[in-house]
Amino acid sequence: MDVVQINLPLPILSEGWAAEKDFQPIGHLSRAIDRNIEPVGPHFLAHARRKRHKRTFSEDDRIQAQANVKKVEDDDAGEISEPEDPLMLQREAKDWKGQDHYAVLGISRYRWRATEDQIKRAHRKKVLKHHPDKKAAAGGTEDDQFFKCIQKATEVLLDPVKRRQFDSVDEAADVEPPTKKETQKGNFYKLWGKVFEAEGRFSNKQPVPKLGNEKSPKEEVEAFYNFWYNFDSWRTFEYLDEDVPDDNENRDQKRHVERKNANARRKKKTEDTTRLRKLVDEALSLDPRIKIFQQEERNRKNKRRNEKEAEQKRLAEEAAKAKEEEARLQAEKEASEKANKEANKKAKEAAKNAAKKNKRVVRGAVKDANYFHAAGDAPAAQIDKALNDVDLIITKIDNEELATLTGKLNGKKDAGEIKQIFQDEVARLVGAGKLKEGEAQSLS
Amino acid sequence: MSEQQAPAERVAIGISFGNSYSSIAFTSGEGKAEVIANEDGDRQIPSMLSYVEGEELHGQQAKAQLVRNPRNTVAYFRDFIGQEFKSIDPTPAHQSAHPAQHDSTIAFNIRDTEEDKQNAVSISDITARHLKRLRTSASDYLGKDVNAAVITVPTNFSDAQKEALVKSAKEAGLEVLQLISEPVSAVLAYDARPEAKLADKIVVVADLGGTRSDIAVIASRGGIYTILATHHDYEVSGFQLDQVLMDYFAKEFLKKNKSAGDPRENERALAKLKLESEAVKKSLSIGTTANFSVESLVNGIDFQATINRTRYELLANKQIGAFVRLVTHAVEKADLDPLDISEVILAGGNAHTPKIASAIGNAFPESTQVIAPTTFPKAINPSELPVRGAAIQASLIQEFELEDIQQSTHPMVTVTPHLSHAVGVLCISDDESRGVFHAIVDAETPLPVRRTAIIATPKEGGDVLIKLAEGARHIKVTKPEPKPKQEKSKSDSDDDSDDDSEEEEEELREKTWKIGKVLSEAALRGVKKGAKVEVQINIGADLSVNAIFREQGGKGGVRGILQASAQAPNGSA
Repeated sequence: MDVVQINLPLPILSEGWAAEKDFQPIGHLSRAIDRNIEPVGPHFLAHARRKRHKRTFSEDDRIQAQANVKKVEDDDAGEISEPEDPLMLQREAKDWKGQDHYAVLGISRYRWRATEDQIKRAHRKKVLKHHPDKKAAAGGTEDDQFFKCIQKATEVLLDPVKRRQFDSVDEAADVEPPTKKETQKGNFYKLWGKVFEAEGRFSNKQPVPKLGNEKSPKEEVEAFYNFWYNFDSWRTFEYLDEDVPDDNENRDQKRHVERKNANARRKKKTEDTTRLRKLVDEALSLDPRIKIFQQEERNRKNKRRNEKEAEQKRLAEEAAKAKEEEARLQAEKEASEKANKEANKKAKEAAKNAAKKNKRVVRGAVKDANYFHAAGDAPAAQIDKALNDVDLIITKIDNEELATLTGKLNGKKDAGEIKQIFQDEVARLVGAGKLKEGEAQSLS
Repeated sequence: MSEQQAPAERVAIGISFGNSYSSIAFTSGEGKAEVIANEDGDRQIPSMLSYVEGEELHGQQAKAQLVRNPRNTVAYFRDFIGQEFKSIDPTPAHQSAHPAQHDSTIAFNIRDTEEDKQNAVSISDITARHLKRLRTSASDYLGKDVNAAVITVPTNFSDAQKEALVKSAKEAGLEVLQLISEPVSAVLAYDARPEAKLADKIVVVADLGGTRSDIAVIASRGGIYTILATHHDYEVSGFQLDQVLMDYFAKEFLKKNKSAGDPRENERALAKLKLESEAVKKSLSIGTTANFSVESLVNGIDFQATINRTRYELLANKQIGAFVRLVTHAVEKADLDPLDISEVILAGGNAHTPKIASAIGNAFPESTQVIAPTTFPKAINPSELPVRGAAIQASLIQEFELEDIQQSTHPMVTVTPHLSHAVGVLCISDDESRGVFHAIVDAETPLPVRRTAIIATPKEGGDVLIKLAEGARHIKVTKPEPKPKQEKSKSDSDDDSDDDSEEEEEELREKTWKIGKVLSEAALRGVKKGAKVEVQINIGADLSVNAIFREQGGKGGVRGILQASAQAPNGSA
């Protein structure tokens, strides 16, 4: 909001005006009207932020400014802004085992993710604030308990071995697995993803595969569960050990405690492994993807079987069809052969009949030609001879020639003409070598 | 598609879903809202669906079907969403598919498949189909699958209607991030421009739509908006303006073709007349004359005519007057005076009409700026105002979880105490009768609030008194004097009251302040010559006032706290 500029001068202070600290309250504001503001626009967002986080204007300005700076200067401020629990400030340093080191340093939102650099910076900031000398200078008591807590926390967190021991038992970083009921409401990936992310911090193998989402391919999901069933954890439980008496007075006692600790550690480790296995089992049983994959597998199998069956059926059908076709062809062939035979037979008979008829015509023609006798009734010898000769011709020529001959003779009544035709025929036959010269003399 | 998107995968757009037209917009990387054109190249997409042989037509193509295929064309259905049949007004849908009772909701009996039978398609399905087409257009344009949206609704949309709209949007594959009201969205569209300055102002958003008019009086205080009053009217609408033109052209037609029938009595002719009249209205907003031309209006007779803007304005005078009355009435409803209004934003397609803008301008004093294409060169296309605001809002909130958004829009957060009186300082004299009040925090400012003012001091410096008081706005009416009169002795921001332009008028109206309750007095001693005094006022939600007075650039200063009064307990805090 712009600054309001007012160009009219302020009144001059009248003589004798006086008030405590130069300020005199007189009235109160009139009652306000409650209205709905429209949840729209960047300034409303700022308003909502202030109201929900109960910040004042200046606080919000500062926090927003920090948030904006963050983008350029990779989270510099952030961690220290965590509020300090007054109970935590009253902690005794000797109870350091029970303290949440991350909370003491104000980096509880990072926990196991905190980098060494972040821890160092957090430590420095806390030291600046809680140094006992500062407190003493400010007139407070010389209470350095919390400062000692800070030092202890830094000591633990900056030693990689000790940090792992603490992280192993850092319950605040654990994410409780959701119940079956919660999971079944949906949100499997969101709820369980957090659990596995938290559990993954114990893995020797990094990076840990992610739970993924409903679109993850089968290989990824399988790899994920394989990873968790073969989980290689560095989690140890030394941090929970009972203190080993370090006086050299009683060695037996010391050994006894050490043994007890070792056993306890082993036991806890086994318990942890079983717990994890159970957790993965549960996740696996709730994972909707597994069900989908199984369903898909079943579908695939069914499909393959169906296809196989269909293929077999098809083959059988094809074979049956082929057989049928063959039978049909055979039948057709037989039928046509039979028909052919009959046709042949008929043709032959027809030819025979035709030949007979032709022969009759030829013979008739001889008779018409008066057996080639000049005039009057032909003598028997002439008739005999002529007929013999005609028969000879008939035997010498085949059916077709006979037919042509008949064609020529048909309708001819004149003896000369007929004789001429016969003579021509004889000549043709002689030419073709079928008759010898001198045969069929009556016609020559 | 999954119903709730992780914020990172969201692609959110703004949708303005009107009875007549819808539009879609997105916010580009540089934070500029851009309106998306659909496949037909339209930025104003008619909210219509038409079915031809099972094929779904949308937008302008569907609108063209109003002539040939009105019974299978669904139009003007936005207001039916989530309503019961008995409570809807079916008038706008008279020339398209008629709404009918269907179970507890409303459906349209249309042939939406290839089969030759009518299906009852419920209003929620129609809405879902419409939104789906909008979503497809936006997805095609952006090349990304759009899955979330901020949708604008009228201020009087009931919860049931909102719920029904969200449900339909979900069916269309859109996650509704927020429903925002149209007038506020329009104000946001202007305030989001880079050159816009944050100021305390009272804005009237006048939306003259196709089927209804909505007026909202909005107090904008430091970018936070509060609706002070709304007014809705279903009679005064763009259709009325179309109707005026339809009547005019129908009469002209009858004059020329005495034997032909009245085109208004033939359904098809009426549809043609209406479409062309709307087109004529639009071209009259740009040019001074327009051609009206319809082939085969009645009995195969073609009709052509021209009309000029003056005639149109004369014809529509009554309707425009009614609209102006709506606006002034809304201002009255908010218990305000026209002098209080700093801006009138005209929205909706009919805001292009020059006469409307000038008529509104005449109804308000000169200090009021009328923002319409014809009166304000930098105006945003009034049809695109709501959608731009929605797109800006979408870009603001798309990073948030849905739950987070819902929490932020919860009444716990939005119900806020608003100052009933302005708080300011007395200038020139500390005497309440002679001093001049100058507001630092205006009335209707949501609390808590923080404001800073820089105030001049007397020339010679020295000790000054800073007197905080409440002020009530007062409209001073003076009778005109024979000659141009009094120099206004007001401070700068009061120059809204103009003195020489309204000479002809009977009386002169001025905005002045009446000093109310005095809150506190503070003294700042030894102010240097020519220095200025900085006053910062913090008013908490519990009405406690925390004030700091100091010389500008100086250190120390006076600090004072005013406790909330005990007898005036405040509901919220």
